[in-house]
Formats: sequence, C-alpha cells, structure tokens
Amino acid sequence: MIEFQRVSKTYPDGTVAVEDFSLVAPSRQTTVLVGTSGSGKTTVLRMVNRMVEPTTGHVLWDGVDVATMNPVKLRRSIGYVLQEGGLFPHWTVLDNIATVPRLEGATRQDSARRASELLEMVGLDASMGSRYPAQLSGGQRQRVGVARALANDPLLLLMDEPFGALDPLVRRDLHVQVKRIREALGTTIIMVTHDMHEAMTLGHQVVVMQTGGRIVQTGAPEELLSSPATDFVADLINVSKL
Amino acid sequence: MITSAFAWIADAANWGGDAGIWMRLLQHLGVTGLVVLAAAVVAVPAGIAIGHTGKGRALVTFTSGAARALPTLGLLTLFALALGIGLAAPFWALVILAFPPLLAAAYSGVESADKVTVDASRAIGMTGMQVLRHVELPAAFPILVGGLRSTVLQVASTATLAAYTADIGLGRFLFVGMKTNHYEVMIGGALLVVVLTLVLDVVLALCQKAVERRAG
Repeated sequence: MIEFQRVSKTYPDGTVAVEDFSLVAPSRQTTVLVGTSGSGKTTVLRMVNRMVEPTTGHVLWDGVDVATMNPVKLRRSIGYVLQEGGLFPHWTVLDNIATVPRLEGATRQDSARRASELLEMVGLDASMGSRYPAQLSGGQRQRVGVARALANDPLLLLMDEPFGALDPLVRRDLHVQVKRIREALGTTIIMVTHDMHEAMTLGHQVVVMQTGGRIVQTGAPEELLSSPATDFVADLINVSKL
Repeated sequence: MITSAFAWIADAANWGGDAGIWMRLLQHLGVTGLVVLAAAVVAVPAGIAIGHTGKGRALVTFTSGAARALPTLGLLTLFALALGIGLAAPFWALVILAFPPLLAAAYSGVESADKVTVDASRAIGMTGMQVLRHVELPAAFPILVGGLRSTVLQVASTATLAAYTADIGLGRFLFVGMKTNHYEVMIGGALLVVVLTLVLDVVLALCQKAVERRAG
C-alpha cells in the first residue's frame, strides 16, 4: 500500500506543482491518476521512487516513509515504465530487460534467462532479444519497457503515461497484457495517464486530478460513471466514450 | 622560391642529425602530444563532471570565450618573460590553448546524452556513476574524440611557436630561416607543418569514424 500524506511540491522558482495531496493506493490493485497536463500527476508519481522529493508531507510504502530509504535500493525494488520507454539505445533488447538484475549483481547467464522469460511474458518473439531499440516499433519498445520494469519481480509498478504514444489497437493489446501480468504477479500498480478510457479500463481506483494536484474525485470506474462529481469529470468520461 | 623549398625538403641531408627534419618532426609531435595530454588530464574530467552535475556551466562558456580572445603569441611572450627561455613558456601557453576545446567537448558530449534515457536510468535505480558509465559516457565518446581531433590540430599547428623560446619543433626552421635569410628553409618548414597537420587530421578522422561506427 502506498500512502500519500498531505504532500506538496513547490519548486525553487515558486511554481506549485502539487499542493496538499493525500491518497491511498491499495496493494495488489491498480490506481490510475488521470488529469490534464499541469495537474501534477507525474510529480505525484515520481514522489514514490524519490525522483521528486516532496517539499512537505510524506509518502509511505507499507507504513515506511520512502524518504528514509536508500533511493537507489528503493528504485531497484520498484518497476518504472515511462512514455517512449527510455531504453538504452546502444544495448540489445535482452540487455535492456536485464538491466536491474545485472546492476544487482545477477550473473550474465541468470539475467539472460530471466530476460527471455520476460520477453515472452510481454508477448514478444524470442528473436527480438538481439535487436536494438531503434529496430523496434513503438509498441514493441513499450513492451520491452514493461519487461524491464518487471525484471526484478517488483511488488510495485509505476507507469508514467506508458502507452500515450501508441495507436489504439496496440494500446488495447497492451492493456490486456498489463491486466494479465498484474493478476498473475499480484503487483501494485500506480499509473499516470491523460486518457480517461485507459483509466477506466485498467483502474480499480481512478483519481481525477486538476491543476496543482487537486483531487476532483476518487472512486472505482463504476462510481465515476454513475455519479461524476463535477462537470469536468463528466466531460472527461464523455470524451473517452467517443 | 617554392621550388627551392621543395628541393630543401627533398634533400636527404636535411633529414638526419640532431637538428634534422626527422628530429624536429618528432619533437613537434612530442610537444603536441604532451600538451594535449596535460590539458586533457584536467579538462576532460572537469568537462565530464560539469556535464554530469550541470554545475559550473559558466566555466565552459567563460573559457571558450576567453580562449577565442587570447592571442597565443602574446601569451607565449608573457610566459617567456615570466618563465624565461625554454620549453616551459610555450608548454603552458599551448596548454591554455588546448584546455577550452577539450573542456567544451567533454561537457557537450556528456550533455548530449538523451535526457529521457538519463532520467529513466536513474529512475530504475542506477547510481550517478552507473548513469555516467552506461549512458552519458557512451554518448559523449564520439563528441570527445571529435574535440580531441580539432584540439590536436590546433596545438600541432600552433606548436610552431614553441621554437620562439625553445630549440624544439618544426618551428625552428621558420625562425632560423627567417633570421638567416634562408627563405627556402622557412617555407620548407611551413610546408612540413601543413603536411604534418593534414596527416594528423586524416589519422584522427579515421579514429573518429571508427568510434562513431561503434557507437552506431
């Protein structure tokens, strides 16, 4: 369980990215933060793995303040998927997937075997393993990104607009894949998206955010559908149905 | 005049001995190598550190601006007045010439690493040194080699000035030729500097190509 306790982030230039944000993301469930750009959703997400340090407030992981954890160890125990993958261009797909196990001192053999399993798990052919990221399609790169995030059997997966740049068919297929993986591994997922449809499809809990990390509504997809708290939420839902 | 310069170069008698062309070439290369090495030992780590941390960017801008404004001959004279006749004065003047482009190349190389990849590598748990080693340095390497190439050329051509205060390098032919009114020696010496620089350029260009191919 991830708990945000009244976190705020103010940058040195005075910009307030997030103000007084509180939320509980339950274990083994998918929590989706959805909102327009500037709503602070990515900032909130990056507080979990300490890529952003909150100015005030705390982020707790199963009751432990992440600020007390070693950032490198913390990040290696959390899977992280971001838009456009962020893969290493000069490494093969298998080497990319095996990054974290290798950093943690796994042998080349063990991590290669693990990487092959993961390649299969995200629905890629074994022959892709020796390719370089530039030789893959956008959808394939995202699959590799997901595989890399899963390499160390993380209990927690952070996904920052992971499928934003993909076409709808590929995206739908990856949604199915992510659901399947979460069910199989029992991973806790926190995802950021601006796509309400994606939020409704994947989220157990959907958090609608507006400027400055203000929560407009939190609830299961059905709750948001049946009783949207504001016109903004209703609009987001309506647009996603188009 | 040019013909007699070529005749001077072609004369085998001018190549041997302690003040012969071979010796001068070797000295010239030696000075160039030493200067670039000395400058690189400080400039490259400094540039990498600035690129990695993002702190001290002003130093890069300042040194490259200052370097363009500084006349090396004036600097050399100044050093010669302070340090006296010998290799020390041209050595330091040339190190100051070589420092900014190496610093700039190391800095911009590290800086050229894709920001998203750097961010992602930190986010999946690489330490600062691991980000440097696995992401930033591979991106920096081709640019660094390019900077090394232009620095070597600059130093090799300017090292001619070393002969102003020291009995060393191809520049001796220019100064001696001028003093003794042997213009064929002067022009011959100048031609040798040109040829040396061109050869160095070709060799380093090949190195650069090889590095770029590897970096793919």
